[in-house]
Amino acid sequence: MTLKTITLTVNDMVETVDVPQNMTLLQMIREKLSLTGTKNGCSAGECGACTVLMNGEPVNSCMVLAAECEGATIVTVEGLAKGGKLSKLQEAIVKAGGVQCGFCTPGMLISATALLNRNPHPTDTEIRSAIVGNLCRCTGYVRIVDGIKMAAK
Amino acid sequence: MINPHPGLPELQYVKPATLKEASKFLAENVGTAKPYSGGTDSFVRLRDGVLKLDYLVDIKGLEGTKELSFDSKKGLTIGAAITMNQVACHPDVIKHYPNLAEAAGSVASYQLRNRATIIGNICNASPAGDTIGTCMILDGVLKVHGVDGVRDVPLNSFFLAPGRTVLKPGDVVVAIHLPPPPKGLVGTYKKLGRNRIGDLSIVGVAVAAYPSSDSASGYRFRIALASVAPVPFESFKAEGVLSGKKITAELIDEAAVAAMDSVTPIDDVRGSARYRKQMVKNLTREALTEVWTKLSK
Ligand SMILES: Cc1cc2nc3c(=O)[nH]c(=O)nc-3n(C[C@H](O)[C@H](O)[C@H](O)COP(=O)(O)OP(=O)(O)OC[C@H]3O[C@@H](n4cnc5c(N)ncnc54)[C@H](O)[C@@H]3O)c2cc1C
Ligand code: FES
Ligand code: FES
Repeated sequence: MTLKTITLTVNDMVETVDVPQNMTLLQMIREKLSLTGTKNGCSAGECGACTVLMNGEPVNSCMVLAAECEGATIVTVEGLAKGGKLSKLQEAIVKAGGVQCGFCTPGMLISATALLNRNPHPTDTEIRSAIVGNLCRCTGYVRIVDGIKMAAK
Repeated sequence: MINPHPGLPELQYVKPATLKEASKFLAENVGTAKPYSGGTDSFVRLRDGVLKLDYLVDIKGLEGTKELSFDSKKGLTIGAAITMNQVACHPDVIKHYPNLAEAAGSVASYQLRNRATIIGNICNASPAGDTIGTCMILDGVLKVHGVDGVRDVPLNSFFLAPGRTVLKPGDVVVAIHLPPPPKGLVGTYKKLGRNRIGDLSIVGVAVAAYPSSDSASGYRFRIALASVAPVPFESFKAEGVLSGKKITAELIDEAAVAAMDSVTPIDDVRGSARYRKQMVKNLTREALTEVWTKLSK
């Protein structure tokens, strides 16, 4: 299969990558760029573990072709901390005890980051509906919601 | 069935520069190429192996597909690349077609709605398509580009069977157009999923209503039902009940029963046919009561 060469920005770095045409954005992030924070839970758009920001908005990276990301700006969980310092949201989620096994955490952080970008003071209902597409099998969500609320203060 | 393997089968990504090029390519590769918009339906089917393709033809960015515009005289145009979230969050949609914003916002999750499109929802032709019924009762007309040029196809004559539409090889839907909203329009979309939000519908009920001097009741009601027939459809039976007489709670009950009698659901993993029938009655009653309460204020 012919490869396609794409140039895109990932976590503020300009990257040029040769991708097979059937490769997903998720595979490219993990396998080509070795950014393994972003997880593969279902590869079906259901679990949200693969959520990244694409041009500022969260998407399921398992449902996007890498080949169509020419010129895109992507932020993964590795891009949230700046200068070795966790973001306010990351700190709050840790403090609230919103991480257990951690598998959902990268996607959860991306969805919540996007929520706080578009709505700095969300209600409980707004928080819960923003993370409907991020399944967590451990925490029961309460501490995650607490963490997001803490970050919104 | 969920196949947790992250990869898609081998295929080529094609990005035509013009609609003409897209239609030509699709017509030359019948059965092996399909339009690709958000991919949220296609990817699942490709991974499961029920859909086999050599080419995904990206239609996002072709002329007219990025349009989302409202004009009080012309109505609303939604291009094929416009996502569920763009529709659900657009101030003109919220103001003039609140029931469409509600239906679009009921689909899946926030991040999936950033990819899933209204046109993809329609072209996929699933009985469960959450935005189809609302587009139907708002008299949506599709603009289709084919090898012979552009033509209009009203949504009410678009569906043939589950997954099957009147689209021909080479056809690309460019946009859907909705006429200006009827004066005094009130509507809602009631969706029953296995959980409160984020699931495909077991039953979906779209209702729109507005004052109308043409009908003896003084109001025109439109009702479309999802997941309870081979394709989403408008229940003329239920609408008829509400046109002839003064609207009362009893008449709304009668219309809900008529809606139930108009459906032909199946048993599947998400619900039995018997359960679906009952839920059509209950949700139709709920939707009509809510709409009528607002309308009669
Ligand atoms: C986890 C998950 C949850 C979901 N939840 C819901 C839900 O709650 N409600 C719901 O209704 N749906 C749901 N869906 C289904 C899907 O997201 C929607 O149907 C969506 O609107 C499809 O749009 P798309 O742009 O992603 O379509 P695509 O997958 O790109 O296309 C779908 C079909 O339409 C054809 N097509 C697309 N664009 C065009 C065009 N312009 N011209 C001609 N043909 C075209 C494609 O060839 C394909 O056959 C869900 C899917 C997933 C994966
Ligand atoms: S891996 Fe993408 S949604 Fe589950
Ligand atoms: S912490 Fe384990 S899935 Fe969320």
